[in-house]
Amino acid sequence: MAQTRTPLRRLLDYAVLSVLAFIFVLPVLYLIVGSFKPSDQVLDGLSGFLPTHLSLDNYTAVLDSFNSDATGYFWRFMGISLLLSTVVVLGGMIINSMAAYGLARLRWKGQRAVFGIVLLLMLVPFEAVAVPLFYMFNDQRNTIYIQAIPFIANAFSIYQFATFFRAIPPSIEEAARIDGAGPWRTFFAIIVPMSKPVFASVAILTFLTQWGSFLWPVLMVSDPAVRPLPLEMSVFQGQMPVDWGQVLAFGVLLVLPVLIVFAFFQRWFVQGVASSAVKG
Amino acid sequence: MTTVNPAPATPAGRKPTPPPTSAKHSRPRRGNREWLHGLLMSAPALGGLIAFVGVPFVYAVVLSFYNVRLGSPLEPTFFGIEQYRRLFTDPDMSGPFLRALVNNLTFAVVVVPVQTGLALGLAILLNRKLKAIGLFRSLFFLPVVFPMALVAVIWRLILARSGDGLLNSTLDTVSFGHWGAFDWLGDGLTAMASIIVLSIWQGVGFQMVILLAGLQQIPGELYEAAELDRASRWQQFRHVTLPGIRGTLVFVAMLTSVLSFRVFDQVYVLVKGGGLDEDATRTVMYQAVTTAFDQNNIGQASAITVVFFLIVVALTLIQRRAVGTGNED
Repeated sequence: MAQTRTPLRRLLDYAVLSVLAFIFVLPVLYLIVGSFKPSDQVLDGLSGFLPTHLSLDNYTAVLDSFNSDATGYFWRFMGISLLLSTVVVLGGMIINSMAAYGLARLRWKGQRAVFGIVLLLMLVPFEAVAVPLFYMFNDQRNTIYIQAIPFIANAFSIYQFATFFRAIPPSIEEAARIDGAGPWRTFFAIIVPMSKPVFASVAILTFLTQWGSFLWPVLMVSDPAVRPLPLEMSVFQGQMPVDWGQVLAFGVLLVLPVLIVFAFFQRWFVQGVASSAVKG
Repeated sequence: MTTVNPAPATPAGRKPTPPPTSAKHSRPRRGNREWLHGLLMSAPALGGLIAFVGVPFVYAVVLSFYNVRLGSPLEPTFFGIEQYRRLFTDPDMSGPFLRALVNNLTFAVVVVPVQTGLALGLAILLNRKLKAIGLFRSLFFLPVVFPMALVAVIWRLILARSGDGLLNSTLDTVSFGHWGAFDWLGDGLTAMASIIVLSIWQGVGFQMVILLAGLQQIPGELYEAAELDRASRWQQFRHVTLPGIRGTLVFVAMLTSVLSFRVFDQVYVLVKGGGLDEDATRTVMYQAVTTAFDQNNIGQASAITVVFFLIVVALTLIQRRAVGTGNED
């Protein structure tokens, strides 16, 4: 908006934004403050919100108490989540970008039909196949690989890559071809390096989804040895009596990796979300 | 795969041969090679999609016609449309299922307009050139990165039924003690409202960012012209902003309605450990999962899944349509 703004108006803008933002981030502040408080003071009316008696006890308790075969090991939950996210993000970037290139930029008979099928599969939300998948892989329960493998190939990622690749001028590939590069080399040596934005946004969105993944672990995982963090979070908060301080410390540790990624890739994060809306 | 490489490298220095006219002739051959490469490149992802989306989806349809019980020694028996009939007419099963459908609809009917409206307001508020505006945008986007399992836990504390819950104690203070403790999650009237509030809190930043991107594509000259015409801010909003982001707005609203039918995580977490009223908040996905998982009734759960899918497809088709027309102008 191109209106000129008086200092007073600008001050008003800041005031409105600050009040709204404060209300909006209250739950986050409550989480963070609570994670540093003794458990009996977390759920303590308004004072539960005030940062009195802060200590790291909950964090050390979480890291210590989750340290036996009975409770599971905290770092193990974290490791499982990291492993699953890494495999799904990296594997997905490779195979989905390749498929998008093969379908959107190479011309072959049936390519349109196949691409159409992929777009059709995009309509099938995971929730619509969760139950039959659960039944199909019932004997693979409590394994690590079954938690990752179904999510590597992703129709929506293919669609995101394809949209980006289609906007690349064909002359670039023609030049590569004249120099004797085949489709594979053209793709890996020329297209991939110039497509960083779409790789970043697909990676970030995939990471976000995978890190918070809940429904599939609920169905497939009962063994703490292969349990990812969000599922353990829900198990932990459901145990009576609830140790609120520790639950919140656990929560902060659960969201910390995403927050770090968010802080570093903030611009791409927002772009990734915005570009996911680009329709075609 | 190097052997499949086209035209063994032209000797260095030699001018690349194919003259423009021969391009037509070489196309069929190149097309053949591209067929192989295209398929090879797509194969891993296509294989994955077929194995983990296509096959299970068809399987869901098949299972929905059988009486399949998990862990039962009996062979599955063909059931015809019995599962569907029960879903809609057998009181034992249709009760919770129809309730889930109604709950889902309620959720969508409230969340879609409220969340979209809120996101639009925020996007307009944040679409200004102010110092530190990036910080504000990040703050409103922040909850989007929070896993729903964690969001549910935070709100479980805020909405706790004791007088020590954050909301209850705030109301108590504000009303000078006139407001007693209220069981927000456990009361049938407010349970769904609670789920709606925490879902909007988590999701509104996502829509806000998409709308912000839409707003920024409106040319500034349009506003300047409107100002020259002495259009009020409201007129500018109605005649410049709204038409400018109509397509985005429709897209966002329809995306949200599809997502709102997939609600599961927060309901599951809060019912299983947070004292959430189960009947008032069960959703279609919650019903499918508990039917499959707690009652071991795979056939029935598959039928729910199929109905769920049909609803999502209907919503998606409406979305495509609406976005399509939104783009034309």
